[in-house]
Amino acid sequence: MAKTPIDRSGTPLVEMRDISIAFGGIKAVDHVSLDLYPGEVVGLLGHNGAGKSTLIKCLSGAYKQDSGEVYVNGEHAQIENPRDARDYNIETIYQTLALADNLDAASNLFLGRELTNALGFVDDSAMEAETRRIFQRLNPNFRKFNAPVSALSGGQRQSVAIARAVYFQAKILIMDEPTAALGPQETQMVADLIQELKKQGLGIFLIDHDVHQVKRLCDRAAVMKNGELVGVVNVDDVTTDDLLGMIIAGKKPGVAAA
Amino acid sequence: MADTTTERGSTSRGNIFKTLEIDTRLLGMVGAFVIVCLMFNVLTDGRFLTPRNIFNLTIQTVSVAIMATGMVFVIVTRHIDLSVGSLLATCSAMMAMTQTVWLPQYLGIDLGSPLIAPLAIVVGLLTGAIIGGFQGYLVGYLAIPSFIVTLGGLLVWRNVAWYLTNGQTIGPLDDVFQLLGGIAGTLGTAGSWVVALIAVVAACFAIWSARRSRIAHEFPVKPVWAELLIMVIAAIVILGFVYTLNAYAVPERVLARQFEASGQTMPEGFTQGYGVPFSVLLLIAVAVAMTVTARKTRFGRYIFATGGNPDAAELSGINTKWLTVKVFALMGILCALAATVASARLSFHSNDIGTLDELRVIAAAVIGGTALAGGLGTIYGAILGALIMQSLQSGMAMVGVDAPFQNIVVGAVLVLAVLVDIIYRKKTGAA
Repeated sequence: MAKTPIDRSGTPLVEMRDISIAFGGIKAVDHVSLDLYPGEVVGLLGHNGAGKSTLIKCLSGAYKQDSGEVYVNGEHAQIENPRDARDYNIETIYQTLALADNLDAASNLFLGRELTNALGFVDDSAMEAETRRIFQRLNPNFRKFNAPVSALSGGQRQSVAIARAVYFQAKILIMDEPTAALGPQETQMVADLIQELKKQGLGIFLIDHDVHQVKRLCDRAAVMKNGELVGVVNVDDVTTDDLLGMIIAGKKPGVAAA
Repeated sequence: MADTTTERGSTSRGNIFKTLEIDTRLLGMVGAFVIVCLMFNVLTDGRFLTPRNIFNLTIQTVSVAIMATGMVFVIVTRHIDLSVGSLLATCSAMMAMTQTVWLPQYLGIDLGSPLIAPLAIVVGLLTGAIIGGFQGYLVGYLAIPSFIVTLGGLLVWRNVAWYLTNGQTIGPLDDVFQLLGGIAGTLGTAGSWVVALIAVVAACFAIWSARRSRIAHEFPVKPVWAELLIMVIAAIVILGFVYTLNAYAVPERVLARQFEASGQTMPEGFTQGYGVPFSVLLLIAVAVAMTVTARKTRFGRYIFATGGNPDAAELSGINTKWLTVKVFALMGILCALAATVASARLSFHSNDIGTLDELRVIAAAVIGGTALAGGLGTIYGAILGALIMQSLQSGMAMVGVDAPFQNIVVGAVLVLAVLVDIIYRKKTGAA
C-alpha cells in the first residue's frame, strides 16, 4: 500500500525523551525516546510485558515516569494525570475499553466533560443529540442510544470510545490494541477510521501485536523488548520478517534506520 | 455492525408498561408494598390502613429514609457506611448539647430564643459533614476500605456521643426544634392541600417539559395519552396521600387543651386534621434534591460512572478520591438531618438513639434495588425500601408477633428481596 510521505521537518507533535519507569526494581521502560509527527501513525510493537503500554501510559497520564520528559508541540508538558493529558488534546482508547458499563453511550462519550444547560444541570437531550450526530458519521447503523454500554457488542463499544476521541478533537490519539476484541468487519471500520483521522492531521500511536496490521496502517514502527527500544523503522523499508526479528530477537535490521 | 433492537419509543410490542416507560422493577416493589399493606390490614381487622396508622408509619420511616437516600450514593460508588447509626447519635448529641447547654450557658442565648433551633441544626449539619468528609478522606485518599473505616466509626461515634453527654439523656429539646419530629409539627389541612396542588402542578410540568425537550431534539416520544395517564396517576398518588394524612383528626382532648391554653372554649363538634408533617416535607425535599443530584448533575453522573467502572472514571479525568470525600460528607449531612428528625420525634436525645439504624438503612437501600456491586440504584427505590421495612416491622407489632420473630422475618425478607432482584436482573439481562 502506497503511503504519502510524512513531513518530518517541523516540530514533532509529541516527543518523549529518555523516558524511564520502574516498578519494584523491574525496569518496565528503560531510557526510551520516541517522537510522533502530525498525520503520522506510529506503531508500537513488542511482546507482552515489553513495555509498550507502560510507555504510552506515561503520555496518557495513567502513570508518571521516573525520569525523562514529554514535549508536546515542542513545549515541555507536565502530565500528572489523565486530566492533564486531555488538556494537551491527548486522547486514549484503552485495550480494556475504559467505559462505564452501567451508563449509556452519550453519558460515556461526554464522561468528565458533560454538556450542561443554563442552570448547570447535565443536558442529556443535548448530549444524546450530539452523540447521534457523531455516530451518523462513524457508525450509521448504531441504534442503542438509550441502552447501557454493557448491552453493546465489542465493535459498538469500540466506536463509543473512538467517538469520544473524535468528538473532542484530539490532536494526539493513543490506541491500545483497538481491534483486539473485534471481528474482521469491525476491524476494517477501525482501519478506515484511522486513515480518516490521519488525513485530518492527527498523530496516532497504535499499540498492536499484529505485524501485518502495523505494516498496513502505520508509517513507522517502534519495537520494544524488555523495556528497551530496539529501534524505529519505516514500515515500507522492512519486511514483516524483519519486524518479527526485531520483536523476537531484539535485532535491528541494518538497512532500515529511520 | 447490525443492530436488531428497536428504538425506544416504538410501540410495536404492544406492552402497556413499555409504552408508559414505567420501570418494571419499581412496579414490582410497589406491588410488594401494596401486598404487605393489604395483608396486615386483613390480619389487624382493618387497623393497619387507617389514617392514624399511615400517619404514624410515615413519620416513623422519615429518619431511616433520609439516610437511605445517601446510602444509595455510598453503595453505588462501591463503598459501604456502617457508621450512620452512630454518626446520627453524635450529631444528635451535638445538637442536644448545643441547644440545652452550650448556647444558653456559654453564649447567653436563653432557652426559648428563636435562634436556638437553627443554630443547633447548623451545628449538627457541620458535625455530620466534617465527620463524614473525614471518613471519606480515609477511604478515598488513604485507601482504607470503607468497611473498616466505618466499622471503626460505628464504635467511635457511638461513644463520642456518649462522652459528649456523659451518657445522660438530654432533654426536653427546644420547642421549635421539636416541630421537625412529626406529630408535633404539621402543616394543617389547608396548607397540606396547597402543597399537594403545587406538587401536582410541578409533577405535570416536569413530565411535560421532559417531553418538549425530547421533541426539540427530534427524539421519539411516548404517545400523548401515555403522558397524560402518568400525570393522572401522579396526581392521584399525591392527592390521595395528602387526603389520608388530612383525614387523621387531632384527638379532641388535644384540641381542647390547645383552646384552653389560649383562653378560649372549643366550639361544639370542632375537628381538625393533622395534615402533612414537616418531617415528611423534609424527606420529600431530600428525595427531590437527591434525585436531581443523581440524574441531573455532574456530581451524580460521576457517582454512577465511578460505581460502574472506577478505572474508566479515573481515566476520564474524574477525581474519584475527592468524589469519595464528597459522597461520605453528603452521607454525614443526611445523618445529621435524620438525627434532627429522630431526636425531635423523641423530644430528647438518648444514648441509644439510632442504634442498629445502619442495618435498617443498608437494608432499605438494598431492598430498593441498589446493587452492592456498585453502579446501580435509585433514590425512590431506597425510600420505598425503607417504607416496606417499616411497614413489616410495625405491622407485625400490631398483629402481635413476638419480638424475636419480627427480626427473623425482617432478616429473611432482606435476603429474599436481594434474591428476587438477582433473578429479575438475570431474566431481563440488565447488568
